[in-house]
Amino acid sequence: MSCCCGGKDSVPARLSSGQVDLSLLEDVLKVYREEKGSLITVLQKTQEIYGFLPTEALHYIAASLGVKPAKVWGVATFYTQFRLTPIGKYLILLCQGTACHVNGAKQIETALCQELNIKVGDTTEDGLFTLENAACLGCCSLAPVMMINGQAYGPLTPDKAVQIIRDIYKKDKFAVGEGE
Amino acid sequence: MLVRIGMGSCGIAAGADVVWKTVEQEFKDYPEVVLQRTGCIGMCYFEPIVDIILTEDLIFTYGGVNEDKIKEIINHHLNCQEPLEKYLLASKDFLTKQNRIALRNSGIIDPENIDQYIEKGGYEALKKCLFDLKPEEVIEEVKISGLRGRGGAGFPTWRKWEATRQEKSDKKFVICNADEGDPGAFMDRSILESDPHALLEGMIIAGYAIGADTGIIYVRAEYPLAVKRLEIAISQAEKKGFLGSNIWGSNFSFSIQLKQGAGAFVCGEETALIASVEGERGMPRLKPPFPSQKGLWGMPTNINNVETLANIPWIIRNGGMAFAALGTETSKGTKVFALAGKVKRGGLVEIPMGMTLREIIFDIGGGIRDDKKIKAVQLGGPSGGCIPEELLDTPVDYESITCTGAIMGSGGMIVLDETTCMVDIARFFLDFTQKESCGKCVPCRIGTKRMLEILERICEGKGVKEDIELLESLALEIKSASLCGLGQSAPNPVLTTIKYFRHEYESHIEDKKCPAKSCKALITYNINPEKCKGCGICAKRCPVNCIKGEIKQPHVIIQDECIKCGTCLNVCPPRFKAVQVL
Repeated sequence: MSCCCGGKDSVPARLSSGQVDLSLLEDVLKVYREEKGSLITVLQKTQEIYGFLPTEALHYIAASLGVKPAKVWGVATFYTQFRLTPIGKYLILLCQGTACHVNGAKQIETALCQELNIKVGDTTEDGLFTLENAACLGCCSLAPVMMINGQAYGPLTPDKAVQIIRDIYKKDKFAVGEGE
Repeated sequence: MLVRIGMGSCGIAAGADVVWKTVEQEFKDYPEVVLQRTGCIGMCYFEPIVDIILTEDLIFTYGGVNEDKIKEIINHHLNCQEPLEKYLLASKDFLTKQNRIALRNSGIIDPENIDQYIEKGGYEALKKCLFDLKPEEVIEEVKISGLRGRGGAGFPTWRKWEATRQEKSDKKFVICNADEGDPGAFMDRSILESDPHALLEGMIIAGYAIGADTGIIYVRAEYPLAVKRLEIAISQAEKKGFLGSNIWGSNFSFSIQLKQGAGAFVCGEETALIASVEGERGMPRLKPPFPSQKGLWGMPTNINNVETLANIPWIIRNGGMAFAALGTETSKGTKVFALAGKVKRGGLVEIPMGMTLREIIFDIGGGIRDDKKIKAVQLGGPSGGCIPEELLDTPVDYESITCTGAIMGSGGMIVLDETTCMVDIARFFLDFTQKESCGKCVPCRIGTKRMLEILERICEGKGVKEDIELLESLALEIKSASLCGLGQSAPNPVLTTIKYFRHEYESHIEDKKCPAKSCKALITYNINPEKCKGCGICAKRCPVNCIKGEIKQPHVIIQDECIKCGTCLNVCPPRFKAVQVL
């Protein structure tokens, strides 16, 4: 699921100079260039490669598929799965489904925003966490739920949610400290 | 000993994979311990669930299992046939009151093993169709069954099939709408994860009946496990020759492709879904022409929901009459609901149509959590409405539910208790539909925005007297003038909450009070000086440091600085209960 784990695979594809290595798209385009109606699939694969949709890639896709950049842009901005900016190493999807809402998703959101010192939709300065809302993760009986890089956590309390973030943060820092 | 572990998304989220790994490692030297993966039995409240099967009659269901418990359970059963009572499923009410057709195999078979599906009679219905029934006869059987679309609108399935069959075209499509977007609904996900072959078989039969050779499953990308299991199922069915050209020498060919949606609620609407499959922005268009006339790539296309198609093999095998024998006069068969919210036992329930809401919530769901009072039940997600407590004896069928102002919808059933604010629930759904409006037609794009603004100001205590009437008139205009089902149904949550809970709107507007004590702007947190022992926990945890007081002396909240985050209420030790919401 590229919308959840896109961040994990994105690091090698991002060049330090900020430029996008478009040659990575060739394999995808080779498969889908001839297939009618494949634009959404191509964008999904592109997001799997880069973790988001770089503008350069959108232009490149438009040229390769022979469609106008405006159309590619139109599709890329229509669907919530697509991101136009890079995300952090850990993507937190906070479920905003009905069951989560009535069981206190808002309090979880407040607690996470305070802990990470960001707003929903933003990434922490160290590039570690991105916090996003999801319409419904479909684990309603575990409400309230959040998903971090594909792993679901629930039922949450504000304290539990903050603790999970702190544990990940610690684990990550520790791993870096070990030279991994 | 067969150890059967529920590995649906909710099971895994609750820790089923840890349980699986534990059994794999701890009991690898015990050849008598055999592991089996299964989908979701629907008892989400009890996950992770493990069945220990000693013989055909000795099956024990354990729930809330973790690493330590599973070791204890297996070690116990290695030399004992008696159940380990303390972890055992206490009441079977949740399952015994159900009648499972669409969920017939869920939680029983391994969804990644086609042979287990075949053992349960799988693909027999397809064989019957291809060799014993003409396409017209298949449609007739579906007609007899009385099956209506389970995606929400309840259109008779046979009529869709018939209409698509009547069209003359070299190419036709069957699309399965697996873009389950209603927040609070997860029936389709569970079927996809637990019994994907039931869907494939239903699709192939639909293809045969209408004369299509290509099937497309449009599935949410947010359901990675469902996507994976569908991919496995398709490749297994191809290997067995149930999919492909000239199936069993019958001259009928059918193939199925997967298309992943990219997250747009409006794509549940047929014409928007088709646009999305074509790689466009998922925006609906006017009907007619209907998809059965001009659908995908301009070809006749039949679109059915997952649950609808999963019922088909059962109907063909057992006959339409058997299905029609269940349910009510106009709503035949069974319906799956995703029961969630403030209910004790949440999960998936499949019941014969006509059962009352009260039976579902209290007899199957076990009543309300923390023994609070039920206020309403929300049916049909953002397109549906809230049915109040006094109407809980309404039978679940398409017509009776519509009479209340809600809709059957795809099956989300969210139970609300006295702590839920009905204005906030209406605001919540409008917030959702307003964001998900595709923007093509004005009534939906701008109308939902205006309605949301009004609801927001009511929740903030800034509502004015005329707001209720304004909401009602806007609602009617949006309903009658919107292009597609999204806009036409978006005002339903507002209209039903005004209809049944007008007094809550009025107290927000006139008294500036939220009766459920849920709307932040209308409540204050206070510390009862008589109850406060001055432990200082709240002051320490307050994110804005607005709680003052000496240790062992009653504390006070500085109201002007309070951001009403509720932390103090949550952290005040239950033995004091000193923080009050006013």
